[in-house]
Amino acid sequence: MSRLGHLLGYRLAGRPLLRLQRRRDERRLDSLRSGPDRPLEPPLRSIARMKEMMSGHYLEGRHASGVRPVAWVTSGASTEILLTLGFFVIYPENHAALCGARRRAQHLCEVAEDAGYSRDICSYARTDLGALLSGETPVGRLPRPDLLLCCTNICQTVLYWYRVLADHFGCPLVLVDTPFQYGPQPQPHEVAYVRRQLEEIVPVAERVAGRPFSEQEFTAIVARAKEASETWLEILERARHRPSPLTAFDAFTHLGPIVDLRGEQATTDYYRGLLAEIDRRIAAGIGAVREERYRVLWDNLPIWYRIGPLSQWLAARGVNVVASTYAHAWGELAPLMDPLHPFESMARVYLHPILNRSAGQKLEAMRGMVDDFSADGVILHSDRSCKPYSLGQIDQRDGLVNQTGVPALLLEADHNDPRSFSEEQAASRLEAFVEMLGG
Amino acid sequence: MTGAAAIGVDAGSTTCKVVAVDETGALLASRLEATHPRLEEQAAGLITALVGDLGPVEPPPVVATGYGRQLVRGAARRVTEITCHARGVFGALGHGGTLVDIGGQDAKAIRIGEEGRPIDFAMNDKCAAGTGRFLEHTAGRLGVAVADLGPRALGATAEEPISSTCTVFAESEIISLIGRGADLDAIIRGLHRSLVGRIVAMARTVGLGPPLILSGGVALNPGVRAMMEEATGMAVILPPHPQLTGAYGAALIALEG
Ligand code: SF4
Repeated sequence: MSRLGHLLGYRLAGRPLLRLQRRRDERRLDSLRSGPDRPLEPPLRSIARMKEMMSGHYLEGRHASGVRPVAWVTSGASTEILLTLGFFVIYPENHAALCGARRRAQHLCEVAEDAGYSRDICSYARTDLGALLSGETPVGRLPRPDLLLCCTNICQTVLYWYRVLADHFGCPLVLVDTPFQYGPQPQPHEVAYVRRQLEEIVPVAERVAGRPFSEQEFTAIVARAKEASETWLEILERARHRPSPLTAFDAFTHLGPIVDLRGEQATTDYYRGLLAEIDRRIAAGIGAVREERYRVLWDNLPIWYRIGPLSQWLAARGVNVVASTYAHAWGELAPLMDPLHPFESMARVYLHPILNRSAGQKLEAMRGMVDDFSADGVILHSDRSCKPYSLGQIDQRDGLVNQTGVPALLLEADHNDPRSFSEEQAASRLEAFVEMLGG
Repeated sequence: MTGAAAIGVDAGSTTCKVVAVDETGALLASRLEATHPRLEEQAAGLITALVGDLGPVEPPPVVATGYGRQLVRGAARRVTEITCHARGVFGALGHGGTLVDIGGQDAKAIRIGEEGRPIDFAMNDKCAAGTGRFLEHTAGRLGVAVADLGPRALGATAEEPISSTCTVFAESEIISLIGRGADLDAIIRGLHRSLVGRIVAMARTVGLGPPLILSGGVALNPGVRAMMEEATGMAVILPPHPQLTGAYGAALIALEG
């Protein structure tokens, strides 16, 4: 039955329907014109393709159980190993972000809180646990995991969260422990430690998938992941242009495939298409914000439930948020990936995310970005949920102000839970910040 | 008396202030009232009354600031309190520094640069504990007039530490202190210390370089001033009309056009 569902619901009916939907979206996007009354350029046309890919992914998810082995993984986990074994991979964090962007997260958080989960727990975890307990999700249905893969390179929350999932689903959980990085380079024993753990994923995943691991296939997938990540980085770096052809909000929106579908050929193709579209904008001298007067760097996760209004509000004041540490996290690791030494290089990659590095290194990275992107200011979203990202931001903010001389604003909010966001207070801070940029 | 060249309105959460300046930027007249729930009419009424007093040739330009700035009709521009306070202090004193403004429901620290522009700021408006409301609320609890708080804190011979930084919890702490027979003035002194501790911590996040300037209604409290000096080791400077700083800055911005 499930195979039939997969064939009918996804392959024969779902995919062609999504293709039709994409064409409709593209026609609609083509009909949009920029105008003096619109502070933002119409969205990049590639967004239609991105929607098709992500909807297709979640649609396949509805029919994946019993057809493909299913794994749920953290955003900083080595998905390449699982793809090699044909796993269908779900990223609960990405699913939670989707719930946040569709303004469904608060309700789901409340469901989790009713079940006893504290409001101090990350709102991604609460959103997903709420979805799990209520069965409600904007994607219809998530497939049950056969395997859980959790890597601690982003936070400790995921450790507890995945133990809850393992308990709930009764499936194997593989943990990858990544020592926190205080210095710029990992110690050889740390690389060896993580490498060993990555290798140890293989036999467990083989057992669940019921097929052997192919080194050759793994190399090919790492090569594709590298190419996609490099292209993503190139896209983000295009924001150095004045005016910038894209905003960080565009980057947040186009992030889905590099997180969820990294390693697939379609993802690499998609980002090449997006890069070409951005290059056409540059050639035509088009900026994402009609009158780009100030350029700003964003730190931390997006405020998913406010992306649209916030980007409009800033654009109307000539502010283009050109880059973010968050979107860069999926590009900056590309140079470390080496298909010829997949396990060794992936160990380095998974040790290196910004959240696994010290506050001083993050400050260093941000200072570099202020220069690279000619930023006139920085907005640091102090995210109540994401402690590892937010810890140290007060000092980082001071460091940026003192070392770069540009104003920096600490904006208190939460990436998914609107109850920790005060519209009025955020607005008055943002307004004062924009006045400070005002030359 | 000459007509007003520009008007500034600071529609704050506790008080609504309107000031008029002449073409040199000198303060001509002002009005201050407790904020009314119908702020829109209140601000319009205050402007009309002030302009009427001064007899203008033509209606002067108005700039509005404060939480209720969107409700001020006829304003040529709406500017945040941060920029207006910085401009107001600079206009009144002729120099920058670190401004600490403690209003009814929020407190802010602003580092003001050479030309009167804000360089950095921090705001505390998530909680009433670092604001005038904290003192007002506890004064009510203790049965002491707000104006007497500062002098009594200064005159106290002892000090009861108040560890709670939350207004509501501080109240329970006070009740138990009273229950234990603690001296009222010592409690008041402890309250001031707690408020100043919070404010100074916030001001440090913007650098807290001299000169240290204090504005807002709480600047009129001598106890807060003295303890700020003690905590920072800096002399506290007050602009001539500490409660009108934001409105005055707004008027100066209106004058600049
Ligand atoms: S705490 Fe931060 S890193 Fe961890 S799951 Fe939440 S958002 Fe992600």
